[in-house]
Amino acid sequence: MDKVLGQSVPRLEDPPLITGRGRFAADINFPHQLHMRVVRSPHAHAEIRSIDTQEALALPGIHGVWTASDIPDIGPVDLRADRAAEVLKPYRQPVLAKGRVRYVGDPVAAVFAEDPYLAEDGAELVAVDYAELPAIVSVDDPLGEFAPGVGTEVAIIPYSYGDTEAAFAAAHAVVELDLLTGRHSGVPMETRGAIGRYDAAKDILELHGAAKVLHRNKETLIRMLGRKPSGLHLYESHVGGGFGIRGEVYPEDVLVLAAAQRFGRPVKWIEDRHEHLMCANQGRQQHHWARMAVDAEGRILAMEDTFHHDQGAYIRTHGVVVPNLTMCLFTGLYRVPAYRARAHVRLTNKTPCATYRAPGRYEASFVRERLMDAAAAKLGMDPIEIRRRNLITKAEMPYTIAFDEPEAKDGEIDSGDYALLLDKTLAHVGWDSLGPELARRRAQGELVGAGIGMFLEEGGLGPSDGARIAVDTEGDVEVITGGASLGQGFETSMAQICAEALGVDYRRIRVIHGQTDRIPYGIGAHAARTTVMTGNAVHATALAVRAKALDVASEILQTPGDELVIADGTVTRRGRATGPSITLGEIAAFLAPASKNRGAHAPGLNAEEFFNTTETVFPYGIHFAVVRIDEETGHVAVERFVVAYDVGRAVNPMLVEGQLVGGCIQGLGGALYEEFAYDPHGQPLAVTFADYLMPTAAEVPDVEVLLTEDAPSPHNPLGIKSAGEGGINGVGAAIAGAIDAAISTPGAVTQLPVSPQRMRELLRDRQA
Amino acid sequence: MKPAAFEYHAARSVEEAVATLAEVAPDQGRILAGGQSLVPTMAFRLATPEHLVDINGIEELGRLAVEDGVLSIGACVRHAAFHRPVTDGGLGAILTFMAGHIGHYPIRQRGTFCGSLAQADPSSEWCLAAVTLDATITAQSTRGRRTIAGADFIQGIMTTALEDDELLVETRIALPAADTRFGFAEFSRRAGDFALAMALVSFRLSGGVMHDARLGIGGAEDHPRRIPQAEAALDGQPPGSQAFEAAAAAVAAALDPMEDAGTSAQYRRELAQCLARRALESAAESAAA
Amino acid sequence: MTRKHDITLTINGHDHAITVDARRTLADAIRDQCGQTGTHIGCEHGVCGSCTLLLDGVPVRSCLIFAVQCVGVAIRTVEGLAQGDELHPLQRSFIEHHALQCGFCTPGFLMLAVGILENEPNISDADLRAALSSNLCRCTGYANIVKAVRAAADELRAGP
Repeated sequence: MDKVLGQSVPRLEDPPLITGRGRFAADINFPHQLHMRVVRSPHAHAEIRSIDTQEALALPGIHGVWTASDIPDIGPVDLRADRAAEVLKPYRQPVLAKGRVRYVGDPVAAVFAEDPYLAEDGAELVAVDYAELPAIVSVDDPLGEFAPGVGTEVAIIPYSYGDTEAAFAAAHAVVELDLLTGRHSGVPMETRGAIGRYDAAKDILELHGAAKVLHRNKETLIRMLGRKPSGLHLYESHVGGGFGIRGEVYPEDVLVLAAAQRFGRPVKWIEDRHEHLMCANQGRQQHHWARMAVDAEGRILAMEDTFHHDQGAYIRTHGVVVPNLTMCLFTGLYRVPAYRARAHVRLTNKTPCATYRAPGRYEASFVRERLMDAAAAKLGMDPIEIRRRNLITKAEMPYTIAFDEPEAKDGEIDSGDYALLLDKTLAHVGWDSLGPELARRRAQGELVGAGIGMFLEEGGLGPSDGARIAVDTEGDVEVITGGASLGQGFETSMAQICAEALGVDYRRIRVIHGQTDRIPYGIGAHAARTTVMTGNAVHATALAVRAKALDVASEILQTPGDELVIADGTVTRRGRATGPSITLGEIAAFLAPASKNRGAHAPGLNAEEFFNTTETVFPYGIHFAVVRIDEETGHVAVERFVVAYDVGRAVNPMLVEGQLVGGCIQGLGGALYEEFAYDPHGQPLAVTFADYLMPTAAEVPDVEVLLTEDAPSPHNPLGIKSAGEGGINGVGAAIAGAIDAAISTPGAVTQLPVSPQRMRELLRDRQA
Repeated sequence: MKPAAFEYHAARSVEEAVATLAEVAPDQGRILAGGQSLVPTMAFRLATPEHLVDINGIEELGRLAVEDGVLSIGACVRHAAFHRPVTDGGLGAILTFMAGHIGHYPIRQRGTFCGSLAQADPSSEWCLAAVTLDATITAQSTRGRRTIAGADFIQGIMTTALEDDELLVETRIALPAADTRFGFAEFSRRAGDFALAMALVSFRLSGGVMHDARLGIGGAEDHPRRIPQAEAALDGQPPGSQAFEAAAAAVAAALDPMEDAGTSAQYRRELAQCLARRALESAAESAAA
Repeated sequence: MTRKHDITLTINGHDHAITVDARRTLADAIRDQCGQTGTHIGCEHGVCGSCTLLLDGVPVRSCLIFAVQCVGVAIRTVEGLAQGDELHPLQRSFIEHHALQCGFCTPGFLMLAVGILENEPNISDADLRAALSSNLCRCTGYANIVKAVRAAADELRAGP
């Protein structure tokens, strides 16, 4: 195999998954295990007067029932160390509710039984006496008390630069919008799962079914459970989708570990779908009041945005990262001289919120691109032209967005040619003919239109990640990473990077991830940083192994190292197919600790290297949608959707496209179908898959991907940017613009998702 | 989401089934047919029957036949049996078209026509068919057999004329006159979702005008029903937009739609009006073809 | 206490003698008591399709049927698709078309597709897409699944 980096090679992950040999959390079993069932609050807000567990405990097969008083030493679910601002600490979620429940689904008690059916029977018998309290359901409701003396507005966070006041005063025109993004979430097909096991022989507490950020979660869990770093390990097996929401520390993870230790038996918890839709992190719900000042030519003078961020009932592990992410790249691909934003982070009596794929960005892109469309309408300009006019140019790169607030992280955009991507997008869709064609169809009475959403992403946040690579005497390679696999093709892409650098067939590489006992550090898989950070760490390590191999080969083959090449795991002289050669396996044998030939070489054909960076990478994209609306039913059909995205450099284009298409369909879900609605009492209305409407194959278009590599990152040797969030970021924005265009009513869409009923209301408003 | 415990009774004959049902009905005994609606409600423990009488092993209940001008559908006939027309002409075709709107492919392999009627979900396609096409439902218990007209059978949301100890053994639909035209339209959020509204229509044509018009609306109110005002707007009129619009308007005027968090009465009314017209248009197209 | 039932499930041609409560779903029984964990449980209320398998040749949701109901029935799961190392054409096609990412929904989609194609080998594109809307996938956006099944259908129809 010659070149493997950048090729759409088949995935290493697939064979077990297509033959039913995968091992997901529910597939993990240990002898003598107990099954945990969580008793959850049926009320959005209530005092717990009393809990009676006697009847449950009397049921045959019930091993134990815990309430908060059974785990007095375990504090609330902690924030990640890097997010642990003092002001947030009072709002953390207890592992089991103490005195008060704050959302429907809040854990109140845990039942441990010999069988999951019995555990559920036991949970039904736990009698909890509640006194209901008024619930805060809307983020715009008057503020209340989280606890005595602790208010429900957690923080007001500012981001700003430049003189917005002067800009608005001098503006030729100002547009002002009131916009809502709906509550939705990742909802992976595999529900959460956690299996705690205490290995008394080794005094190690094990958490199986872990995902995403295992090393960080380990830090949190050892802090919460008072374990030593060597006394607690997390193990990732197959993971059925993450999308940001899986793999954070949740109350159930803590419960299975504590119970496994106390009972001396493994404890298994598999979330059911009903629980998942009430309890796993949700996101996106924000209410924005945004305005933008422009000059007579449509140039942006300033943007302002104040929003209420619906955090739900508690602050979870992420702290307030989502409102921060909403604000820090709010200005997108545009040159914005002055900017001022304020996030009001507020608690409601609903499921807690945290990061969901493109956290904060999907919301911000919707608001920003709505502002651009509004300004175009106000000035009578073409929506594409006004965007083009404001794009940051390639000549301006690198481009810095520096905020006044010291705690706000500046954006140091590494590279990009936004106008080029816009040109390519318009050429791809055939805008010169498509635009008039849509106008012609509209003139004939069809409600069709196109919309566009342009966005900036940030990924690859360091500061550091490492990898260990070892070649065995068969020439097979083991790459140990602290990364995590959520189904995105991590093993394949890491193997490709290693294969390219080392000169081996990628299929001979085994990539280890998500095992805290194999490597003491790791960045996991979040915030689109895995490929950049872990990928470059693997690259650096593979180069080190290569150097060692060539050093030894040079000695054995009596040839200068720079005349040697490694291909397909064999070292030969450059340009000579025949002649002296040595395989990597033979070199590994030569370097074996007991090898007589090893000489002064360090034992083993292996290396450990790190990739360190203080920079981040900024991929960018353009989403383009064509929709057709059924005037009578309000149904919005997506006729076309194009994701144009500059990934810097694609390790495996097939995998990148897969990420982009999958993300895009999730985005369409949030734009048109999915919504975690609540009734006025805070009862969740979408707790089944018949009510939480994820798109099926019948609803989705065949998304067209235009993948470009015009702006590789200068900040890492591979030039990689990130791809996980580029499919979803601008979907709400593009769909909103397309609907506006289809009904010839600029600014019509002010709220996501646009359900058919809401669409009908827009059409009625238009007729009125 | 594990069901609560129950005793399982596999009946081998209708007689055995009704005898067991008579015994266990007072202890929340229920019939288990396809289970595609019952088992999910058990998973949420919204239904906690203490006994289930499984009728899937009763061979005679799988009977699907056309005899003497009547389509007979036994209690265990699956939705998938309608994937291909069960009878010639418009009726077979419309039932096939409607079946394609019921849940999804695997659900249709297991769920049953008669089970849908017994479940009486307001959005059930088969309930709408039973009401609109004047089906006759046969119920059996240890007390004997009786027949119930479709319109009387379905009484409200999940409420039927069936007694707790009765088994719905068969549904019969008289074959319509060969020249009867049918049309059906429904709207749901996604493929396979419960319909927010749906319309089933049929009419005959002679002398260029419609007669014997039937127009049923499902999904909009708490149970499906025919709309006589709309049927009156069709009978004696030539098929075409004027009569169809009038009938659709009559639907909108006659309905008192359900309202829930996601769906207003106004929206359901608009949908029903639109779907009534579309169903009529498709019936007219089938007439042209 | 309710009665226990001694039953034999025939999965991919192999008999598994187990004892179950009546309430145990087929999905739970084959996973936990027969050790066949390739069939996944995604919602337990019949919507997601992750637990789809074949009962006497037709695809059904194994979360909506009780194990006691499946005596004397041929159950086929994803574990039975490949013949030794020889993958089923649908399995090969899923790899070639990148029709899976996390792979959780994949067994359900494979068994759905096998069931559809065995029953309707000449299915149209529109009907195929409609039938594939039976199951949910959260990673791929479906396009590659539809392509993979279409390609396999064409291959199966062309014959070996």
